[in-house]
Amino acid sequence: MPYTAHTPSEVKEMLEVIGLQSEDELFSPIPNEAKAKAFDIPDGLDEWSAFDSFKELSKKNKVDKICFMGGGYYDHIIPSAVDALAGRSEFYTAYTPYQAEASQGTLQALYEYQSLACELSGMEISNASLYDGGTALAEAALMSVRITRRNKILIDGGVNPEYIKIIKTYLSFRDIEFEVIENIKDSSDIEKLKSKIDENIASYIFQNPNFFGSVQDFSEIVDILHSHKALAVMSSYPISLGILQDGGSLDVDIFCADGQSLGNYLNFGGPSFGMLATKQKYIRDVPGRIIGKTLDKNNKEMFVLTMQAREQHIRRHRATSNICTNQNLLALRATIFLSMLGKNGLVDMANMNYQKSEYLKSELSKIDGIDIYNDNPTFNEFIISTPKLATKLIDELNKKDFLLGVNMSKIYDGFDNKVLIATTEKRTKKEIDSLVNAIREVL
Amino acid sequence: MNSKTIFEKSQENRVGIKLPPLDVDTSPILPEYLRRKAKAKLPELSEFDVIRHFTNLSSKNFSIDKNFYPLGSCTMKYNPKIIEKIASLEGFSSLHPHLITNDEEDSVQGALEVIDDLQNYLCEITGMEAFTTTPQAGAHGEMLGMMLIDSYHKEKNNKQKKYVIIPDSSHGTNPATVTMIGYKVITIKSDENGYMDFEEFKKKMNDEVAAVMLTVPNTLGIFNKKIKDLCDIAHEYDALMYYDGANMNAILGVVRPGDIGFDVMHINVHKTFATPHGGGGPGSGPVGVNHKLKEFLPDLGIYKKDDKYFFNKNMENSIGKISPFFGNYGISLRAIAYMKILGKEGMQNASKKAVLNANYILARLKPYFDVPYDMICMHECVLSAKSLKKKYEVSAMDIAKYLIDFNLHAPTVYFPLTVPEAIMIEPTETENKQSIDEFCDKMIEAVKLAETNPKEFLNYPKTLGVCRPDDTRAIKELDVRSIH
Ligand SMILES: Cc1ncc(COP(=O)(O)O)c(C=O)c1O
Repeated sequence: MPYTAHTPSEVKEMLEVIGLQSEDELFSPIPNEAKAKAFDIPDGLDEWSAFDSFKELSKKNKVDKICFMGGGYYDHIIPSAVDALAGRSEFYTAYTPYQAEASQGTLQALYEYQSLACELSGMEISNASLYDGGTALAEAALMSVRITRRNKILIDGGVNPEYIKIIKTYLSFRDIEFEVIENIKDSSDIEKLKSKIDENIASYIFQNPNFFGSVQDFSEIVDILHSHKALAVMSSYPISLGILQDGGSLDVDIFCADGQSLGNYLNFGGPSFGMLATKQKYIRDVPGRIIGKTLDKNNKEMFVLTMQAREQHIRRHRATSNICTNQNLLALRATIFLSMLGKNGLVDMANMNYQKSEYLKSELSKIDGIDIYNDNPTFNEFIISTPKLATKLIDELNKKDFLLGVNMSKIYDGFDNKVLIATTEKRTKKEIDSLVNAIREVL
Repeated sequence: MNSKTIFEKSQENRVGIKLPPLDVDTSPILPEYLRRKAKAKLPELSEFDVIRHFTNLSSKNFSIDKNFYPLGSCTMKYNPKIIEKIASLEGFSSLHPHLITNDEEDSVQGALEVIDDLQNYLCEITGMEAFTTTPQAGAHGEMLGMMLIDSYHKEKNNKQKKYVIIPDSSHGTNPATVTMIGYKVITIKSDENGYMDFEEFKKKMNDEVAAVMLTVPNTLGIFNKKIKDLCDIAHEYDALMYYDGANMNAILGVVRPGDIGFDVMHINVHKTFATPHGGGGPGSGPVGVNHKLKEFLPDLGIYKKDDKYFFNKNMENSIGKISPFFGNYGISLRAIAYMKILGKEGMQNASKKAVLNANYILARLKPYFDVPYDMICMHECVLSAKSLKKKYEVSAMDIAKYLIDFNLHAPTVYFPLTVPEAIMIEPTETENKQSIDEFCDKMIEAVKLAETNPKEFLNYPKTLGVCRPDDTRAIKELDVRSIH
């Protein structure tokens, strides 16, 4: 049998020690009425047959196109060192670091992750990861309700629509009110926010760059929120923080992001991981694990899980969240990725995303019939309007081996001919030029 | 031991990555008011610096590949290497999720088949009618389960439903989840057999109970003989039965929650189906339901027509979304790959050997430790260091710290909360008899040490570089990030 080692004589010996005759007797505590009525599972495969069949399956997925698709999930570089280190058994096959002395590797790496997350976000403290960017925002929303003891959340219409759905679901089961404040074109509607904000609002959740790719200055909004003692919750794109305003300098209260862009594969949407960073004064309301540095009995520095009185295994029904297993390995990958990128590398990479996207933007705007939809500056993605239906244009470019972008008509009303296009550092001038030519050909 | 952080190893202007070239004409930079004022203070290192740093860190970890790791309730089994090879096939790992938004089914047929296969296997393994793979861990599955239960009661206008019954031996995520969805917890104590007290249960059961959440076998490693009665009684009050499937590894092919009458369940595929735990995640906690709850499942499904897969979106009565897209797709892939390799006999054998190993440990250690529930256990056994504590002031934690000094990861200690000085041991099926014997021998030596020189425990672990963290200091002098 694969992956078990017991020889028949060992089984016999072990059963004797237990005092049973057969392995079946091990299941004697299970009454007949609870026994399975069926178990129609195919026979097992050897690893080579399994590999071949999955390889065949994988070929039914079309991943060989040049990717200009973004929308929160990006085709960024992943240095080989990330796979090499995160793939090490010692990291990969460890459990949650409950026994501190036996888990100093994971614990220190996570402490470093928290530190990097703080540097990146400009915030004071960070947890050790949540599931993904969307659930992190939902947790942030719940956190803001706990902190303010208010019961309504406002959500900026520029937040990733997939995240908005998640936030709505989480809140709707808690009888917490929420309202989406739709954008005016690609801009947040400050006037509408002003008219909605009152003493019942726990927080306002916004995203920069927003789902349309637009970059805005949210400082006025943060001021408005704070003047009403409401919290500012920011959803961000980590790579953009190389050049864009960070959460700390905007004085936001809770910063969230999806960590896919930090050295993680697209994986059809998961696993990725969620970042949540905040102000020190809110630490008791933070969901998820936190790692701290302390001393051991001989006064040596060591790392431990800390502030655990917030968590489900201690606090049970009064916990800040039910989260247990998180996405540690992906946070480790981000730690390695950011350590390699370094202070200047992050800025260079962000700048390159911006520049390549601006180049694509200017080349596309030379084409008759194409309009750039965004009124605001953009970071590495923007929306084009074309004379063709988005679905058709995407399909035609598919045939030319381009993954053009997110079909906005599938998400928003009135976006029939709009596509969201992203350019990362990986796209070469040649690829960008060939995309522009291909679009010109089909229009 | 050197515990310098990565920040302390930084050297100004050292570079770790050569980026692709900036090969386009440059445009004016973004206006000042949108720009970051000061660079993020990331460390500056060479690639080799980074490799050495994290390789050294990794060597400070225990891991299943290196150590016996009998953490109870965690199912730390060996993870076959082929699974990782399959999961890293580019056709899976490079797939963009917005192909789902775009309805580009043609580009993702392989991925959808993976999900369909997994859902079908899970239905057959558990006897449930339908599965969703969107929850990203066990606790996330519990949350979805409670959402489905709430939706069911709302639709039936069961307005009086406020409570969820949970045994006191349950995992912390159970009560935490109940609160997250706005219900109140009724805790029922365990009886002398480790079962949820049946009489107490009947007393507490009424029309206001929305659901009963049970872990089967429970966290004491015990299979509740009255499980079917519990289901029947709950159903009389239209309370739904929730099955916490974290411990499915004990009963593959032996018990199916759906057959017993459970309405909804999650399964931690990262435990039972061999996803490496990654030092704390990622996992995946697919949720299965019967006909009562099917219509409420998350708003992204798949269906097959004429041999082609399609997305099922905008499902009318769906609860909405709890994860982007299909959740932790990469973990679903690992789970189905493992299931296909194991097959029917492999799964049944896994459960048999997991239960054999646990009972063997119980039999060997019974003479030396308190055994709160002395009976055949399932995949794990729970001992207690209560007498050791009383006689020699040697605690479960002391035993744990002793074991790790001998390259054996400690069992789960102080859980379940119902057992004083609990030591919860889950060996899993992949450990051979020799490593199990070695563990048992060490446990027995620990007892001998308690009898002869109990004070010595305070010095353990001796060889791991650090020994016994000051947890109070960690909170009082909070240091959760490097300031540099
Ligand atoms: C019995 C039980 N239920 C639920 C969970 C929660 O699962 P997860 O950690 O995947 O969220 C666990 C895991 O630790 C468990 O042991």
